[in-house]
Order: sequence, then structure tokens, then C-alpha cells
Amino acid sequence: MNGGKHATAESITLTIDQNAISCRNGLSVLEAAREHGIDIPTLCWLEGLTLWGGCRLCMVEIEGSPRLFAACATQCTEGMVIHTQSPRLHRYRRTIVEMLLAERNHVCSVCVSNGHCELQAMAQRLGVDHVHLPYRFPRLSVDNSHDFFRLDHNRCILCTRCVRVCAEIEGAHTKDVKGRGIQAAIIHDLDQPWVESQTCTSCGKCVNVCPTGALTHRGTAIGEMIKKHEFLPYLKLMREVHQ
Amino acid sequence: MAQTITIKGVTRIEGHAQITIELNDDGSVRDAQFHVTQFRGFESFVQGRPLPEMPGIMARICGICPVSHLMASSKACDDILAVELPPAAVKLRRIMNLAQLVQSHALSFFHLSSPDLIYGMDSNPASRNIFNLAASHPDFALDGIMLRKFGQEIIGLLGGKKIHPAWVVPGGVSAPLAAPHRDAILASIPEALERIGRGLDRFHAVQDNYPAEADAFANFPTMFAGLSNPDGTLEHYDGTLRFVDEHARLVAELSAPREYPQFIGEAVEDFTFLKFPYFLPRGYPGGIYRVGPLARLVIAERCGTPLADRELGLFRSRLGRAPQSSFHYHWARLIEILYGIEMIRRLLEEPDILSDHVRARARPNRFEGVGISEAPRGTLIHHYKIDRNGLMTWANMIIATGHNNLAMNRGVRQVAERFVDGRKLREGMLNRVEAVIRCFDPCLSCSTHALGTMPLRITLQGADGEVYDVLTRN
Repeated sequence: MNGGKHATAESITLTIDQNAISCRNGLSVLEAAREHGIDIPTLCWLEGLTLWGGCRLCMVEIEGSPRLFAACATQCTEGMVIHTQSPRLHRYRRTIVEMLLAERNHVCSVCVSNGHCELQAMAQRLGVDHVHLPYRFPRLSVDNSHDFFRLDHNRCILCTRCVRVCAEIEGAHTKDVKGRGIQAAIIHDLDQPWVESQTCTSCGKCVNVCPTGALTHRGTAIGEMIKKHEFLPYLKLMREVHQ
Repeated sequence: MAQTITIKGVTRIEGHAQITIELNDDGSVRDAQFHVTQFRGFESFVQGRPLPEMPGIMARICGICPVSHLMASSKACDDILAVELPPAAVKLRRIMNLAQLVQSHALSFFHLSSPDLIYGMDSNPASRNIFNLAASHPDFALDGIMLRKFGQEIIGLLGGKKIHPAWVVPGGVSAPLAAPHRDAILASIPEALERIGRGLDRFHAVQDNYPAEADAFANFPTMFAGLSNPDGTLEHYDGTLRFVDEHARLVAELSAPREYPQFIGEAVEDFTFLKFPYFLPRGYPGGIYRVGPLARLVIAERCGTPLADRELGLFRSRLGRAPQSSFHYHWARLIEILYGIEMIRRLLEEPDILSDHVRARARPNRFEGVGISEAPRGTLIHHYKIDRNGLMTWANMIIATGHNNLAMNRGVRQVAERFVDGRKLREGMLNRVEAVIRCFDPCLSCSTHALGTMPLRITLQGADGEVYDVLTRN
């Protein structure tokens, strides 16, 4: 394109936050940035799962276009000039987190994931010390029917990590999303209580990838739920090795 | 012409309240009422939440005594799980409960009530507070502040943070005690004992200055209720709930916490959000009883620790076996601080206190459970019901201040009758009306508290609405 001396079929060069970088062709902006130690905030994205592009926290500015791009869903191209930090992006990201907090009942102080929650950590990182939108306080249920796990719709941000890990890694596809917009909710099978699901293998992957206190171990008290999703890239790699 | 005095914003108590005093045409007191003006709704909004979250949620009722709610709530959860707690967990919970007792009693006596006792009930209201005390009696104020710190530090060392620790969980506690933390607490005990010793000396020096108050501060025969031990020692965490009469004779004893509805009824009055628990077999309002430090010392035969027992001996030699005036809550509170510090040391010296077996795991094995513990202010009852999925369907809490509601109302009336003269209203008269409430150390919301900063406005109003007199205090 620019006759760049670094560009090859396998690698391209681009600029992220004034850093000229080179990366493999085919990477997303998010992957390229993280490979070079540039952190772009995300909530729905998780290494090892297909991309969803739902949370919009990874929005970046690309020179030459007035609109914003989701870094997770935008492929790097040669010569791209990307900005991951700007007052506009900060404002949008904060607003997104504020909207997530206002949409359902995220009461950190009495949440089982208090202190270990990605949404809480994101709010702290982005400096969300107030929510400027009116809280909706919806009346949502808690599915505590499963022997080991619990789904608390009050804490769900609909990132769909649980849906994806269940379908893509475990292969059960027990979880999915019902409804649209503000009515959307995670369901099991045909919107049954979790315990009645015929497909759930009780593997617990959904719990470990959930970024908030929506999916937790049953019986955990305030602040006790600590998620471990380091297993995911490892599990995926091992599967590829054996295939 | 009939008149009404309203004390709007009772100061130096935990929470928001007001007092109404109705006067006859000749200025004498016709009636007096104590109103709690806030509504919380915890019993409703916990419905649908998972049981293990209850201690954490319920503790949010109060920023002063969250540990008390943690205890009662966890015990109600333990009852539903039907588990036997590891011995070390019980001891650790006891230590935290006693630390809570010490810090709350220190706050009540030194910060909130002692200005009345040190400066006098009629002293200048602008200087009747802990800040002035720190200037005029720095050692005394410092003792109070440091005793509160002593309790708070223990809560922080055990639970990870001083207010609303999430450490007390159904089945035990979430983490064992570390040896350095035990040693740090033990090292701080001698100093705490010295401080409460000096506090008691100061109290003894001024307590006889208030014979009229001791005679009229909710001084009437009532029953007393509180937890008790089979060996007759003071109990704040476990044991059986006992009712005794005004002579400390046993009236009733619950064999299990779940029996409380057979003994305690709850009446509702339209002038306050606070319910009126009463001893069911004696009806309402005849079933009046009191809880808290005075009640516990009446119920117990002895404290069970040497220094506290010595002080209790003095208490009884001067006031008798069952003092009826609520003025003596202050002394009882100081004795309990002494007991709490001694007992914390005794528990910390137990050989298994550092055990890492501090939690029993179980799922709900019952649909209903009751937990009773002694908060600083008195008996605290949490009663929960869950559905088959372990989600809360119903909750009822009877907090210490509720048990004392009948006595506080009668006490306000007694003090008003003795001290308030509608023809020549003085601030000191009304301060006594507030001071009787402070004796009970009510925790009204259990969420907000005022430290002599809430504006107090007393209006003397005729039946036709005409304002005769206004006293303001800022």
C-alpha cells in the first residue's frame, strides 16, 4: 500500500497511540495493541472465545474516519493510525460503564464478587465515581436451583461469555440469550430453571468466565467468589494439539 | 390551654428521632412520646436474595454495630444450614462480638453520654459534647477514643476491615486468626484495661451528682431479657434467652431461639416506625421488659472475669441485685467494657484459637432459622425463611432498641413529668428528656448517627397553633 519496507504478506505496520508497531497480518486492533503492551479496556472479550463486540468498551479512533471502531472486531490494516485514548473515548467508556451499572442492580458492597469483579475494576479504572443516569432498579430473579451454581440476573451485563464458553468450549450450548434490548436475559435450554436443563454438564466454565457476580458458586458469601479463567487459552491450545 | 413541645432531632443518639411532650393547661405534663422517624425496609428487600448473602446484607443495617447484625444473621443462617461450627470459629466470632461491645459502649458512654455527666445536665449545650471534653478533660476523652479504637482495631484485624467486615459467614468465619494479629491484640490489652479503669474512676466521681436523675430516669419495675449461661456468667453470643422479673427471678427461658414467637409479641403504634415488642404471656403493654447492659447484669449471677466481677460486686452493693433505674445503664456499660477486654484476652489465650478449621460447609437443611445474639444495646433476633432453592422468602428482625421501646416511652414520660415545667421552659429540662433516651443507647436506624450536630428546635405551641415559645440549639 505505502510500499512500506516492513510490510510483508505476513506482517503489517501501523501506529497505535503514536507507537509505530508491526504485527502479524490478520490480527484485530485489540490483539495487536495487547501484543505491544497497549491495554484497551474490554468486558465481553475473552481470550479463547470468539469475539462478540457487545460491550463497546474497546472503541478506538482510527484516523480518516469520523466514526469509532470496536478494537476487538476491527482487523488491522497496513498504515492504520489508531488512537486508544482520547477525551471522547474516555467519556464514552465511562458512560458505557455507568449505563451498565444503572441498567440492573449492581450493589457491590453486598455482592459475592465484591473485590474480584471485572465490572467493578473497570469502573474504578475509568474513574466512575458517580452514575449520572437514574438507576432502573428492575425486579429480576435469581436462579439458585442448580446444585453447585447460581445465576443472578441482577448482576448480569449480557457479555455472553457464558453462552460462548458453553457452546464453543464445552460444546453443550446450554446457555443462550432470550429477548431483545433491555428485556434480554441469559437462559438455560428452553428458558427452564438451571436444574432442569438436560444439556448442562455442570462443568462450571460459565461461572469462571463470568466477569461479574452474575454466575457464581452456590453458597458463597459476600466477596468470596473468585473466578479463574486462565484455564481457557490453555484448554483451547491443548485441544488444538490433540486434533 | 393544652400545649405540645416537640424535640425534633434528638441529639447524641444513633439515628433520627423526635420527642413530643404534651402539656396540660397548667403547664404540667400530660403525656410524652418517643418517635422514631425513619423507615428502612430491610425485611422486604432481602426477599429473593440467596441465604449466604444475608450476613453481609443485614450488617448494612448499621454502621455502628454491623458486627452484631453479622452475628445474629450468621446464627440464623447456621440454624438453617443445621451445622455445628468448629470450636475456633465460635471463639473468633465471640472475640469480634466482644470487640464490637467494647467499641460501641465506649462510643455511647464517652462520646455521647459523658458530656451530660461531666458538665451537668444544665450546662451550656454548645459545649456539652466530645470536642469540648477533649479540650477540658483530654485524658478522659482520649481514654474513650482509644477504647473505641481498641475494639475497632480487633474487628479490623479479624475481619479485614473495621466496618462491615464480610468475615463472618454462615458456618463460621472465612479466615483463621493469624498469630501476629493475636499477639498484637494481646499486647494492647493492658493499656485498654488501664483506660477503662480510669473511666470507671471518673464515673464514680460524678455518679452521685445525679440523684434526681437516677431516681427518675426510667425508674420503674420491669422484666429484663437477655442471653444467659447455665453457669450464670455473662453471655453475649450463645446461651439461652431468659426473661427475669424486677427481682431477677426467672420468669421464662427459651430452650431454643426458634421459640421466641411464643414469648415475644410485637405491637404497632401510629406515632412511630419502631415496633413495640412485649412479653407475650403478660400482654401489651403489661409485658414491658428491658434489654441491654443493665438487663444482662441483672440476669447474670456473675460476669465470670475477675476485674468485672469485682466491679459488679460494687455495683450490686450500691444499687442492689436488680436496679430499676435506667440511669444505671451507664455503669453497667462500663462494667461490660471491662468484662469484654478481659474475655477477649481469655479467648485469645485458648490453645486452638489459631486453628485453620474455622468453617463448616453445608447446604440449607431447614426452611426456617432464628439467630439470637447480644448486641451492645441488647438482644438481637434475626429470623429467616427460605424456599427450596435457598432464596429468602421472609425475614423478621427484632433489634435491641425495639425491645426497649416501651421502657423508653415510659421513661421519657417519667422524666418529663419530673423535670419539665411548661410555664418556664429551660433547655436543661429537655436535655434530661433526651438524656434518658441516651441511657438506653438506642440505635434507631442503625445507619446514621448524629454527634451533637443536628439542630434541635423545641416549639411550645398552643392547641390553636399559636407559638408561645421557641428554643433552638445548633
